[in-house]
Amino acid sequence: MRPKIEVRSVSKTFQPRGGPLPVLDDLTFSVADGEFVAVIGPSGCGKSTLLSVLAGFERPDTGEVRVDDEPVREPRRKGVCIFQQPSLYPWLDLERNIVFGLDGEPAETRRSLVAHYIALVGLEGFEHAFPYQLSGGMQQRAELARALIVKPEILYLDEPFGALDALTRLRMRAELLRILSRERHTVVLVTHDVEEALHLADRVLVLSARPARIQQVIEVKLPRPRVLWNPELLALKASILRELGVDERAEGNA
Amino acid sequence: MFSGDRGWLPLLGPVALLVAVWHVAVVLSGSLIFPTPWQVAVGLVDLARQGLLLKHVVASLFRVTVGYLLAVALAVPVGMLMGWFGTAHAFLNPLVQGLRPISPIAWIPLAILWFGVGDLSPIFLIFLSSFFPMVVGTAAGVMTIDRKYLHAARNFEFTGLRLFRSVVLPAALPQIVTGMRIGLGVAWLVVVAAEMIAVNSGLGYLIIDSRNAGNRYDLVVAGMVIIGVVGFLLDSLMRGLERLDEVRWRYET
Repeated sequence: MRPKIEVRSVSKTFQPRGGPLPVLDDLTFSVADGEFVAVIGPSGCGKSTLLSVLAGFERPDTGEVRVDDEPVREPRRKGVCIFQQPSLYPWLDLERNIVFGLDGEPAETRRSLVAHYIALVGLEGFEHAFPYQLSGGMQQRAELARALIVKPEILYLDEPFGALDALTRLRMRAELLRILSRERHTVVLVTHDVEEALHLADRVLVLSARPARIQQVIEVKLPRPRVLWNPELLALKASILRELGVDERAEGNA
Repeated sequence: MFSGDRGWLPLLGPVALLVAVWHVAVVLSGSLIFPTPWQVAVGLVDLARQGLLLKHVVASLFRVTVGYLLAVALAVPVGMLMGWFGTAHAFLNPLVQGLRPISPIAWIPLAILWFGVGDLSPIFLIFLSSFFPMVVGTAAGVMTIDRKYLHAARNFEFTGLRLFRSVVLPAALPQIVTGMRIGLGVAWLVVVAAEMIAVNSGLGYLIIDSRNAGNRYDLVVAGMVIIGVVGFLLDSLMRGLERLDEVRWRYET
């Protein structure tokens, strides 16, 4: 089967004042249609840059990214990004934020779509609230609804729950899995949270420190819903942490 | 509706204090020329009875309205161009920054040279004075738009006019409105000065004419009081704009 996303020897170097800074070093991998891939790596390793390149916000210096066998040149509705900082429009209420990306659908369709997605992310009753009146978790739900309503084939998630408290983060992961079980999407998730990657993904790519290379690829074959204290999952977590240079016992949080 | 959530009541105390101090100061100094608050009030009533008060206020407001609206119509698009296109900014910003510090009062001779004596001169001066704060405010508003809002719009394939209308304009609107508020304040300051020279109506003319034609300082001060009151009302109107949903988001945490 043809892959959904193909990354072919992608390299990128930034040119700050202090001299060239290689960020991505000859990355090659692919993501199958409907697959959930997590990209994990030490902070500052270039994983966010990788996501920007995948989504078309930035161009690689060499190599190319293809989606459905077409080169990615600019951001498309086909693949929507969600970042750590919610980017809802503060001048629009929730409902108008969620329909923002729709284009030309008749009013009747818009109404039913909005109602559907507001219900899907559990924000009924907040249709006319403004973003500043919503909690961080609610804003990320709304962000998800705004992305999903345009029926993107791919979701690019850049530490989407990173700014939330631990409890909300767990709840949002479960929500995301529930939503993905209803609407199939290809997902690329960038995170520094090993547990989050193992909880959600079919496959985990472990990146090295900058410039990012693929250091390890881990297939997570556990059925969903996964429990975090599953011994197999814990063993995977320990192995990834070792790969990242963290020894859990030495760090004292095993 | 005009003075915030608590209505007019908080104004009473400070105004009463000002009037009391003023009255006592005039009485104690024994001044024969400087009017007491009561004399000014009588002067105001006189002006109102003769219809002069309304005539001068309307004349000043007319000039401010025309000059100011012309300035809004030009400053907002120019400011947006400067904020959005780096080349427009590089080209226009030195002009704006060079002309902006020149007081509109300094332009009076040129205004009279170009537009003669009549309404056009003060309108031109008002235009000049309110144009610059609004250009600067609008350009800053566009330049400081949070990148994440533009990213999201690009992700949904918004381009050109649609991007401008849906994201750039609403995102910059609070700062545009703040620039408009400053611009209107400056316009009201400048109209008075302009009317002292180039025309024979308006509140500036009322003040200078009352002094020249017989040292009627009660009418001079009456004119000043009216300028203060109208200026306050204009600013309250603009603050009302800042409370609209489309603008208020900027000030919410």
